[in-house]
Amino acid sequence: MATRAETRIPPDQPPQVPRGALGTRAGRERPAGGWELWTWLFMRISGIVLLFLAVGHVLIMHVGGAGVSRVNFAFVATRWSSPFWRTWDWALLSLALLHGINGLRVVVQDYVRPVAWRFAVNMFFYVVGFILFVLGTVVVFTFDPSRWPGVGR
Amino acid sequence: MAKRKSDVGTLYKGSPGQWSWMAHRITGVAVILFLFAHVIDTAVVGWGPNAYNRVTAVYHNWVVRLLELGLVAAVLYHAINGVKIMIIDFWPGTARHFKTLSIVTSAVFVLSMVPVVWIMGRDILDLAFHWNL
Repeated sequence: MATRAETRIPPDQPPQVPRGALGTRAGRERPAGGWELWTWLFMRISGIVLLFLAVGHVLIMHVGGAGVSRVNFAFVATRWSSPFWRTWDWALLSLALLHGINGLRVVVQDYVRPVAWRFAVNMFFYVVGFILFVLGTVVVFTFDPSRWPGVGR
Repeated sequence: MAKRKSDVGTLYKGSPGQWSWMAHRITGVAVILFLFAHVIDTAVVGWGPNAYNRVTAVYHNWVVRLLELGLVAAVLYHAINGVKIMIIDFWPGTARHFKTLSIVTSAVFVLSMVPVVWIMGRDILDLAFHWNL
């Protein structure tokens, strides 16, 4: 059994403060390795890409032009006549879902302590994310306005 | 032991990192929850003009447009604060200038919100009170 004297920190050695502690770090501490390090890295790399895809999407669709007031079936038909926008929207869908659901996983890790609940909540988000990914992918790549003649472009 | 003045009536104000961490989390969760709904409402376009135009009509409501302004703010904050996080993570030496970085981040966010609030706010006021600014 450790005595008090053994566990006491010598006064000439300051306690080991992890790098970035005491308010000098805004994000998550970099994990030491393994899967957590890869997700840590993924969040940053997808973040850089989303900086263009998501911020671009928001500025183009929600702020610029007439914002969402011009968005209707005909608008989407014109927009998705270009493979460029279909690719943009699909890349945004995929990366935003992965980035967001991994973010939720980190948040769940902090607030949902019981193991079974944590598993259930995470699973719920994974399943929702997967279904939305499939739904979005199918719609982005199979959308064909000519099925409704006279309404599209 | 008697209570000192510092024991009562003080408020822990936190560090900028603590507040930006909280804001990053709240905006992130808000955006992903909106995304869940947004994938579904956009997917309705695959069911034809009648269905989709009924869905997008929701966006003609000024309360929804106010929420949309909040969404844009959340995306912008999360993006700009994310850049700050990456700067500190990839160049750890910059953590010494954390306070400056936080001030710059906040300033960039507020400045970027000025034209956004002006552009989207005009539409909201028009829809809500028929004010043509």
